[in-house]
Formats: sequence, C-alpha cells, structure tokens
Amino acid sequence: MDYLIIILKALFIWIVPLIFLLVLIWVERKGSSFIQDRTGPNRAAIAGVRLAGLVHLIADVVKLLWKEMMIPAGVNRLFFMIAPFIGFTFVLLSFAVIPWADTLVVAGREIPMQLATLNVGVLFILAITSLEVYGAVLAGWASNNKFALLGGLRSTAQMISYEIPLGLAIVGIFMTFETVQLNEIVRGQGELLWGFLPKWGVVVQPLGFILFLTAAFAEANRNPFDLPEGESEIVAGFHTEYSGMRFALFYMTEYVAIVLMAAIIATLYFGGWQVPWMTTEKLVAHASIVRSVLFATFGVGAAVFAWWMWVFTKRVRGRFGDMREKEGIVLGVPCAIAAVVLLYLLFRYYGAQPSEAGAGVVALVSQTVMFLVKMAFFCWFFIWVRWSLPRFRYDQLMRLGWKTMIPLSFVNIFVTGLVILLISR
Amino acid sequence: MAIAFYILAFLSILGGVLMVTRKNPLSSAFSLILSLVAVAGLFAMLLAEFIFILQILVYAGAIMVLVIFTIMLLNLKREEIRETPVGKFQVVFLIIVCAACAFGFIEIFSDIPAADVATAEDFGSIEQVGRLMLGDYLFPFEVISVLLLVAIVGVVLLAKRVI
Repeated sequence: MDYLIIILKALFIWIVPLIFLLVLIWVERKGSSFIQDRTGPNRAAIAGVRLAGLVHLIADVVKLLWKEMMIPAGVNRLFFMIAPFIGFTFVLLSFAVIPWADTLVVAGREIPMQLATLNVGVLFILAITSLEVYGAVLAGWASNNKFALLGGLRSTAQMISYEIPLGLAIVGIFMTFETVQLNEIVRGQGELLWGFLPKWGVVVQPLGFILFLTAAFAEANRNPFDLPEGESEIVAGFHTEYSGMRFALFYMTEYVAIVLMAAIIATLYFGGWQVPWMTTEKLVAHASIVRSVLFATFGVGAAVFAWWMWVFTKRVRGRFGDMREKEGIVLGVPCAIAAVVLLYLLFRYYGAQPSEAGAGVVALVSQTVMFLVKMAFFCWFFIWVRWSLPRFRYDQLMRLGWKTMIPLSFVNIFVTGLVILLISR
Repeated sequence: MAIAFYILAFLSILGGVLMVTRKNPLSSAFSLILSLVAVAGLFAMLLAEFIFILQILVYAGAIMVLVIFTIMLLNLKREEIRETPVGKFQVVFLIIVCAACAFGFIEIFSDIPAADVATAEDFGSIEQVGRLMLGDYLFPFEVISVLLLVAIVGVVLLAKRVI
C-alpha cells in the first residue's frame, strides 16, 4: 500500500509538469501573438479541426521525433549525448519536494502530499538547480562550436551568479516562517496578519519576492535573461548543434524550468496550496459546502465554455465550407456533457455530508486546484514578461546580479531580522 | 541498506579512479562530480541531511562549476596535457596494493563499530551545524571569511594584466 501511494505521487509529479509543459508551449505561442496583436499559429489541423493551434503541438512532436539527430564532427560523443538528459533530469527531479496539498489524514494514516518530505526542503531545490548548470555547460562545450561554447559559458556564468540572490532571497522566508521544510512554510502562510490579511510570503517579504522573481527568471534562462540562447545574437547559444529529439529535450527543459520556478514562487510567496482564509480544518469541517462550490464552479465553467462554442458555431456557419465549422461541436459537446454531469452531481449530493475520508479528499482537491491555479498564473506571468521586455546585455546582467541584487538581498535579510527582533520583544 | 552503501562507495571510488586516469580534463572533472555526489549520498545514509545538501549545493554545484569554467576557458585539449601516460600494468599493480593495504587496515582496526550506531541523533542537521558554526566555532568561521577575502584579492592581483 505504501508503494502504491509512492507510485501515485510519483506519477502525479511526473505527469502534471508535463501537461503544463504541453499547454505552456501552446500558451506561449498564442499568448505571444495575443500580446503582439496577431493571430498566432492556427493552421495545423486534424481532419479539418484546428483547435486554435493546439494541433501544432502534435505537429511539433512528430517533427522533432522524426528529424535527423545529427552529431557534428569532432565532438566528444559521450558529453554531447548526455548533456540534454542532465538538464531535463534535474529540472524534473526538483518537483519531488513541492507540496501540492496539505497532509491527507485518512483511515488513521497521514499521507503527506509531496513525494519526498526532506528535512531540508527548499535547500534540495537550490542544490538541484545548481546541478542543472551542467546541462548547458556540457552542451556548449561538447558542440565543437564557438557560438555554442560562448552560449554555454554565458549560461553558466549567469546561472551561478543568480543562484546567490535566489538563495539569499529565500533566507528571508526561512527567518519569517522559522523552518526550511516546504510544507511547513505553506502551512505557516495560512495564518492571518491583523485578522484579515493572509500571511503570504509576498506580504511579509515584498523585497524578497521581487528578488526571487528576478532570480527565477535568470535561473530559467528566460527573457529578459535569455542571453545564453539569444536567438538574435549567438544563433541558438548552447543548443545550436542539437537537432531532433535532443533539441526537444532542451526545449522541454526550458519549459519545465518555467513550471518549476512558477511552482516554487507560488509555494513560497503566494501561499502554495492555501485557499485564502480557509485552513485545512475549516475545509474539512465545511466539506459539503466546499464540494458543492467545486462542482458548481467546474460545472458552470464547462457550461459557459459549451455555450461559447455554440455561439461560435452559429457565427461561423457557412463561412468556411469545410470541417472548421464543426470545430465548435468538437469542443463544445464534451464540455456540455461534462457540465451536465457536474451539475447533476451538484444537485444530487447537495447538502449530503461526506464521510471523514471524503471530507479529506474534498479538501485535497480544492487545495490542489488552488495550487494549480497559482502555478498557471505564474507560468502565464513568465510568458507575459518574455514578450514585454527586451533582453539584458551580458555586462548589464552581471552588474545587476552582483552589484544590485546581492546587496539588496543582504538588506532584505537584515531588515527581516530587525523586524522579527522588534516584533518578538 | 548495505547494498546502498556498497553502490555509493563503489561510485565514489570509481569517480576517483576515473578522475586520475582520464586524458580529457573535462572527463576528470565530471568523474570528480560523480564521486562528490556519491559521497553526498553517503552523508545522506548517515542521516546528515544538511551536510548532504551542502555537499551537492556547494561542492558539486558551485566549486566544480568554477573548475569546469577554468578548464573551458583555458581550452585544455587532450594533446596539450599528455605527459608520460600511466601504463595498464602500473594501474593494476597500484589497485592491488591499495586493496591489500585496505584489507590490512581493516584487519588491524577491526573493532570499529557498525555503521548505523556511529552517529548521534541530530548529526549534521541544520540546527546542529548552525549552532556549531555560529556558536562554538564563531571565531574560526569569521577568520575563514577573511582568509577567503585575502585569497580573492590575491587572485585578482596575480591575474591582473599589466596594461
């Protein structure tokens, strides 16, 4: 039974980031086009159904699978082939300590909702992030290409420079919540300051939040810090010579790093799985209301989407003359069915008290949904910033990291310590 | 548990042996990283979780990155550093001698206690390391930071090009 729980948790943290990854690629393309006032990719179709660009993901996968995986001449084959795996492995490994819900108490046993409840919590993520550097370094070096080497060295320098403010910004969180373990930090964010404000990380550590956010962008090699893969400057940086599935691994590493950073920001600074103003005990106590709210939200959401699809179908009737007119039906009918099912469940179980285990599960689901919503918001934030800000130059980047952010993080630690000391008097 | 120890010990020794026998300096560096991570695993087996994390974070994650940086910037290739290579015979002889010495020592000092009772309850936890570092050993801690500053200034001075 223990093994089953471990396997289920491992599957959860394996599948959820990958689903986020797929959706994120699509959201990046559509979101960037939305920001740039254009339509974005919407041509790939399955039997005429275009799904607003989602089919492009399948086209991408097919292309990357079947592209020739070239190994250039003169490379060190072992390092060339290992490099993509190192980056991807470590970035996916960091998800092991992120809690997506509070500890589930069912049938007398406590099941923590993280894969590995380490005593050192967040430090594990810092350690694994510092090992991710080797993916870019190896890729740049092993490519036997000056541009790739430059990109690899720049990436290394950037990532190790911004690891320091990343770690120092979190020290403020450690001091405020007096623990290193992620689940305890999230639980500590459920308390209320002055009676109405949830003690989220961003409320008690605003400067730390800004520092961590900036350093997270730098760690994920993401605009405005994407000099290592600056497309307009050094071709593609450290993954110039990679093609096919190896490039796909680098591509996936970048997006899973975004998801990871979004998850960490949501966990440390925005309350993680905490539903605002509702602790776990309150959720379990009012489980029937929470369940009704969940059913109602998803049911109404699905119904709204289905209605929108119906309006869309009516509007484009006769415009295209091919399968595109049926798109609304393809999307709308499953959503309508889901809406009907959810609303039926809502009315059937309205007011019925769930059992002990059922209440725990309801709390679990609502907290997981909250966590995923926060994570999704920050993923969108990453994409939003990418298409809004220009890229940093290398010396500007280094100056920002060493001369601005490290002193600011020391100031943050000092002020946090001062405030804690004064409050505890 | 014993199998985990044997695997980790084998990996750390393998990393060390590979490090001194590779011709490519980058392969040596990565073998060293393998060895360090295996040693970190040994720390984790002793339930010293903070030291395990620090070993990966600082040693394998930061120091080795700087070493690799240096190797890449100096652009050391295989040919440039080749000296008299170590013959295979010599390597085998050395391994046999080391193994014999190891067994000899184990025979002599055979009253070492078993691994799982050798450490205290909170060996290597954050609280204990913090208390030691900032409590009992505060002065050496501060002196070390001054020493590092001296080293950095010395490196900058030595490596500065006279323009």
